[in-house]
Amino acid sequence: MEEQVDIQQIQPPTSAKGPVGWLRENLFSTWYNGILTCIASLFLYFVFKGFLTWAFTEAEWNVIPANLQLFAIGPYPRDQVYRIWICLYILTGLLGVSAGVWRGIVQRWTIVVGTVLLVFLVIPFEIVRHQDSHLVSIEFRFNLIWLIFESRRWLLGDIALLIGAFFLGKRFSKLRPWILGGWLLSFPIIMFVLHGFGENVVQTSRWGGLLLTLILAIVGITVSFPLGVFLALCRQSKLPAIKWVSIFYIETVRGSPLLIVLYIGSRLISIFIPYFYIDPVISMMICITLFSGAYMAENIRGGLQSIPSGQHEAAQAVGLNYVQSTLFIVLPQALRAVIPAIVGQFIALFKDTTLVSIIGLIELLGVAKSTLANPNWLGHHIEVFLFVALIYFIFCYAMSKISQEIEVDLGVGKH
Amino acid sequence: MQQNPTNIPFWRDVRVLKVLFQILFLLGVFALAGLLYANMLRGLDNLGLDLSFDFLGDEAGFDITDTLIKYDPSDTYLRAFFVGVLNTIRISLMGIVCATVLGLFFGIARLSTNWLVRNIAATYIEIFRNVPLLLQITFWFIFSGSLPAARDSIELFNTVFINDREIYFPSLLQTTGFSSWVGYLYAGTILAVISIFVLAFIFHRKQVQRMAEGDDIGYLTHIFKAAKWSPVPVFLTVAIIGWFLAPESPFVLVRPEFQRFNFVGGIRFSSHLISLLIGLSVYTSAFIAEVVRSGIQAVTKGQREAARAVGLSAGQTLRLIILPQAIPIIIPPLTSQYLNLAKNSSLATAAGYDDIYRIGNTILTQTGKAIPVFAMIFVSYLTMSLTTSAAMNWFNSWVNRFKR
Repeated sequence: MEEQVDIQQIQPPTSAKGPVGWLRENLFSTWYNGILTCIASLFLYFVFKGFLTWAFTEAEWNVIPANLQLFAIGPYPRDQVYRIWICLYILTGLLGVSAGVWRGIVQRWTIVVGTVLLVFLVIPFEIVRHQDSHLVSIEFRFNLIWLIFESRRWLLGDIALLIGAFFLGKRFSKLRPWILGGWLLSFPIIMFVLHGFGENVVQTSRWGGLLLTLILAIVGITVSFPLGVFLALCRQSKLPAIKWVSIFYIETVRGSPLLIVLYIGSRLISIFIPYFYIDPVISMMICITLFSGAYMAENIRGGLQSIPSGQHEAAQAVGLNYVQSTLFIVLPQALRAVIPAIVGQFIALFKDTTLVSIIGLIELLGVAKSTLANPNWLGHHIEVFLFVALIYFIFCYAMSKISQEIEVDLGVGKH
Repeated sequence: MQQNPTNIPFWRDVRVLKVLFQILFLLGVFALAGLLYANMLRGLDNLGLDLSFDFLGDEAGFDITDTLIKYDPSDTYLRAFFVGVLNTIRISLMGIVCATVLGLFFGIARLSTNWLVRNIAATYIEIFRNVPLLLQITFWFIFSGSLPAARDSIELFNTVFINDREIYFPSLLQTTGFSSWVGYLYAGTILAVISIFVLAFIFHRKQVQRMAEGDDIGYLTHIFKAAKWSPVPVFLTVAIIGWFLAPESPFVLVRPEFQRFNFVGGIRFSSHLISLLIGLSVYTSAFIAEVVRSGIQAVTKGQREAARAVGLSAGQTLRLIILPQAIPIIIPPLTSQYLNLAKNSSLATAAGYDDIYRIGNTILTQTGKAIPVFAMIFVSYLTMSLTTSAAMNWFNSWVNRFKR
């Protein structure tokens, strides 16, 4: 006779689910984890308590909005600010159209950019108007208020442009080659707009702040990448002369600090190349690019080495010549394999742009230091440095996130 | 169908073209280098400068805050530069030690099963590696300047004193008891060696009792086994007993004392050095933590599970299975982090620490000898980088010596 089995729905033990279960599993799984949790909580409590107390009582956050324009563009002439907005419009327009055409990652990150712009639109810059009168002169205040409304209007237009361009891109998805061309063209156009012509020239010595940081970083990234590919291919070359010259170059550059390279570019360059005056900003761009190119080459070489020689041989067998097989067969695979390393180098380059402040250019960090030299804001270094660090952090963190997403999209590691 | 190779004209022969191309390329490179060199010579001539290193014997005339060797402004430029080189090596070594300790700690914490610990470590790593090093060093230095002056120094545990210019640690002073304690240390060493043999003898006796006759496996195995157990505890015991038996405690702790204008006694580190050290080691530790984490994660999960399945404890798994496989993966990227740290120490100038670059720059400003000074700076860094990477390559091959 079969035994009647009393079937009943057994609930999972309460300790394994819900917040209690989560706590037990993640914080108190063993006795030492319990102790660790307590120590970590105490640590967090003191850190947060200390920071929040400071942030809300002692900190003078007005130093940020009062110098916001300085952080953004440094000593760029204030009556020429519209040029920067024009550049921003060009970039936002292109970004919007690209987001509409490509979707995917581009779209996601365009939404992020749009959100950031929106945040800037909403942030109450006006805090500065409640300043003690002896700290901010009347004139300065007036300018500032004017700037606020002016920049708000520009920002509003920018967001509208972003959205408009997005729908435009969505409608005309055949625009792809044009947009790529647009991105390529945008850079010389932007440089032209920033520098100006005729009587309205803004010398590069007046470029500064985040503007200069971004220009240096973008030039460095876009030029050092092809340079790195070229050097890596040279280092893999079967021709000994080319191979050894590139090895010599790569190892010498990698053996010396960037500061030394920038030093050559700023102080010694006029001895080596006396024919014409080399603009300091351009000289720094070249130095950063040449320096980063050597590191980039080593990263890319790692990728090239990971490609089995059969790929090259197969390409030759189907009749591709060296250039074709490298460009269409080997490089795409090699680069895909080393995306994290390449983006890591991009991030390093972005952070390394701070070094030009030692040489005397006023990029973001240079502006931060000059702000602290202003007697009005003496002693507010923590606020200023936190703000500047946050800007760098956002850019670097975004870059590493984008690289992770690209990797997922390309399916690196799973064929 | 066979083609006679002689039919190919030489200007279309790939072998000839390759050689020709390389010769042209090298000619181009040398022409460029020669042009730059000629420009340099002419430029220096116009400036009334030369390439000689004679100025190195002249009196330097500037003061240096942090020195490892005796230095005063009346010393030569060469000695000043040497002080800089030593300072760079010093900060690099200190930075490497601190960064490795911090990096190991946060790298392992990043893999903790504890949610809170894991995320604190992740936050630390993300924050400090995504903020430029120069910004961090500048911040720490400016921050150190806002600390109270020497008279109102911050006290930690009544032994460490921090003010806007330096930090004082208590120092250890040898007393008369020191020499007798050293005697105990020697005795401890001898006893430790003897203990190995005694223990090996005991192991051997036990094994012989357990085994059938004639199965003698020899002393050597037992000596190795005993060497793992006895020497360290024996030595420590003797050292500790000696500490108390010595006529006087071998060391006394000297607290820094504030007298009139400044502290006397104790070990002094300038705020230049400390802010640079904090910046360098915290920044690099975030990268080392990632290196450690990815190295440990690179050991497949199956290895850990298999180790646990054959009955190894968590500690044994880590020590015998995970680390031996993770360390060879970790070393090459760790090397490049150490090299980065050494090169990044050139940012010392932002903290006012007198390293190669800063002293070189001062010498250059005083003498105007741009090329020789620059060459010295350049060669110093290149030598350091190449030496470090050679040493680490050797260590790497030593670690991988059992791999084929």
